[in-house]
Amino acid sequence: MSAHIHLDEASIQKQTTTLNLGPTHPATHGVFQNILEMDGERIVSAVPTVGYIHRAFEKIAERRPYYQITPLTDRLNYCSSPINNMGWHITVERLLGIKTPKRVDYLRVIIMELSRIADHLVCNSVIGVDTGALTSFVYVFEFREHIYEIFEAVCGSRLTTNIGRFGGFERNFTQEAFDKINKFLEAFPRGMKEFESLLTRNRIFMERTMGVGGISAERALNYSFTGPNLRAAGVDYDVRVAQPYSSYEDFDFKIPVGTTGDVYDRFLVRNQEIWESLSIIKQALEKIAALEAADPSQKEVFYAPEADKYHLPPKEDVYTKMEALIFHFKMVMGEIEVLPGEIYSAVEGGNGEVGYYLISDGGRTPYRLHFRRPCFIYYQAYPEIIQGSLLSDAVVTMSSLNLIAGELDA
Amino acid sequence: MRPVQYNTNLKMVDLPEGHTGEGFFATSLNNVIGLARKNSIWPLPFATSCCGIEFMATMAAHYDLARFGSERLGFSPRQCDLLMVMGTISKKMAPILRQVYLQMAEPRWVLAVGACASSGGIFDSYSVLQGIDQVIPVDVYVPGCPPRPEAIIDGIMKIQELVGQESLRRRNSEQYKGLLESYGIQ
Amino acid sequence: MTHEQIIETLEAAFAGQLSDCDTAHGISSITIPAAANLKVLQFLYDSEDMQFRFLTDLTAVHYPNRTNEELCVIYHLHSLYLNKRLRLKLYVPVAAPKVFTASKLFSGANWMERETFDFFGVEFVGHPNLKRILNVDEMDYFPMRKEYPMEDPTRIDKDDEMFGRGGTIC
Repeated sequence: MSAHIHLDEASIQKQTTTLNLGPTHPATHGVFQNILEMDGERIVSAVPTVGYIHRAFEKIAERRPYYQITPLTDRLNYCSSPINNMGWHITVERLLGIKTPKRVDYLRVIIMELSRIADHLVCNSVIGVDTGALTSFVYVFEFREHIYEIFEAVCGSRLTTNIGRFGGFERNFTQEAFDKINKFLEAFPRGMKEFESLLTRNRIFMERTMGVGGISAERALNYSFTGPNLRAAGVDYDVRVAQPYSSYEDFDFKIPVGTTGDVYDRFLVRNQEIWESLSIIKQALEKIAALEAADPSQKEVFYAPEADKYHLPPKEDVYTKMEALIFHFKMVMGEIEVLPGEIYSAVEGGNGEVGYYLISDGGRTPYRLHFRRPCFIYYQAYPEIIQGSLLSDAVVTMSSLNLIAGELDA
Repeated sequence: MRPVQYNTNLKMVDLPEGHTGEGFFATSLNNVIGLARKNSIWPLPFATSCCGIEFMATMAAHYDLARFGSERLGFSPRQCDLLMVMGTISKKMAPILRQVYLQMAEPRWVLAVGACASSGGIFDSYSVLQGIDQVIPVDVYVPGCPPRPEAIIDGIMKIQELVGQESLRRRNSEQYKGLLESYGIQ
Repeated sequence: MTHEQIIETLEAAFAGQLSDCDTAHGISSITIPAAANLKVLQFLYDSEDMQFRFLTDLTAVHYPNRTNEELCVIYHLHSLYLNKRLRLKLYVPVAAPKVFTASKLFSGANWMERETFDFFGVEFVGHPNLKRILNVDEMDYFPMRKEYPMEDPTRIDKDDEMFGRGGTIC
């Protein structure tokens, strides 16, 4: 900074401009409003407003029987909805004391890791889009279509999957589903390498993202960050390792950790998590093959036998037999036995620890269901992160935090 | 004197199409302008939630929306023809949606994508607007939760039909003005 | 330290003030008096053996049947050092729902407390900006309380009669 023109601190009157980075904006992915006080191009302060897509999930959950809450959990983090569904099922299974067989756990792990890959692909390609690199976005979405096809083969739906039942899955994975998973595992590494070659050592991308939007580990922990944002700041807290669920303790994977917590670190952490997820899926397929080789009857296991009275009967029976129809109706309408109790259970979602705090009073519907939504909690730190940065850096920071509006507002 | 014989066999025939109403030049002009407009719609994606992700999949290479002329997505309402509302609109968001609609210039069309935009969807709660047609007039509704990209493309094709067949005078007609009056839009 | 040892350490420090200590599904729940919440949180934060320095969640529950104790504010804490979770509960009456804010200790509690205020009306004393966060600012009631319905109360096309909730057809 040149020092030959020196003005005293209060000698010129300075005004800050108010800029409304409004709820409808091409670069805020999701409906977030930030009222920024700008000093030229630098941000002095920011006041975020949320709630533009508040759909009252917790109030709705008090009126819905347990099976009807699964579609509600879909719409929390809709980029990786199977993780939310399975988190909910794991919560209720823990409350009911149901233990799922290993094959079910491994199949669940495959689906959860696929949806984690899908979520991270969106986030990383959108960081690219916000810095102007649209190509990687289009390349990466082809692989998301492959993941959608796998979900379709398992549960019938692409995005908001409503996958699984209490105790496992609704039907066994077909050979077609396994073929699609294998094809994905062969084709995806090439696509991921292409994506990385476009952005990771790209000089423009690095200069746009390094040193931008950083947060220290102490501040991140104080703000209750979880997920890739916390790991980029240097803390290796991952719910899959700390409180393993769905047999994650059987898998061998690394947790990537960054140093400064800036946008580049988050990008790298997410990329590395995609590679780790691929390795986890390979290990899960091998373990399933080993289970089936040891005991061929395992091929038909897709839900926990002790969860029989919580498992909707197969659709062929529902449409032809009377008992199955009545059973199906009663379960969906909530005539299932859930003893009173209170539980908090968390899974590692695409953005961090997705927690379900369920209080049941023995009735058809939960007495209280609270979702611990990671996006809501770490978006509080956004004004502190962007203070003093440029407007374009604020935009890139917002997209690197992977804010999903549905999860933020619930 | 011979009695007067009036010719009572009269055959009434309509004037050929184009000679009544707007006239010959106007109907051909309608077709040409409709053709040009429908193949170059500039959409404004108003993506709020899950349907927005399916829209991103529709814009991506697999189900390319650019084939239909919607290559250029605009984010400024002043420059766009088609307001695609994708996702749940809550009561907090409704005034903003209305403001964006008011900023669009005629002729403008609205596509409500998904169950939440059409009628509130599965969220029948105190904070969700039960359908965007409570605040703005809608042309095409695409049901689904979320609708498959093929369904979104079907909705766009129906919008294209509407655009192609729209008469040049529609936006000044009494019926259209009455529609806007019922929404409180001048 | 096991869950029992954590509860014992807390009981030793706050003799007589804790009640309803319970360990189920891998997490201990402890009920503390409403006025002591900051002291307990600070104790758990500063303790070198326990180090509960991560606030996982903050929410509330409405129990209309417990007179004078209707609103229950719940803190979920996590100790990364011990890898254990802890749940603290405190009860406040709905007529005077005042609780001291934890946002000085945990910056993450800021919006969590605003959300609890928005839904239940719990007033956090000392909060820097206690306004509604998710609902519209003009809303004048606290929607998650049990007396309010899920649907918009001003709707005229969906009435209780059709859905078996009172009305004339039962």
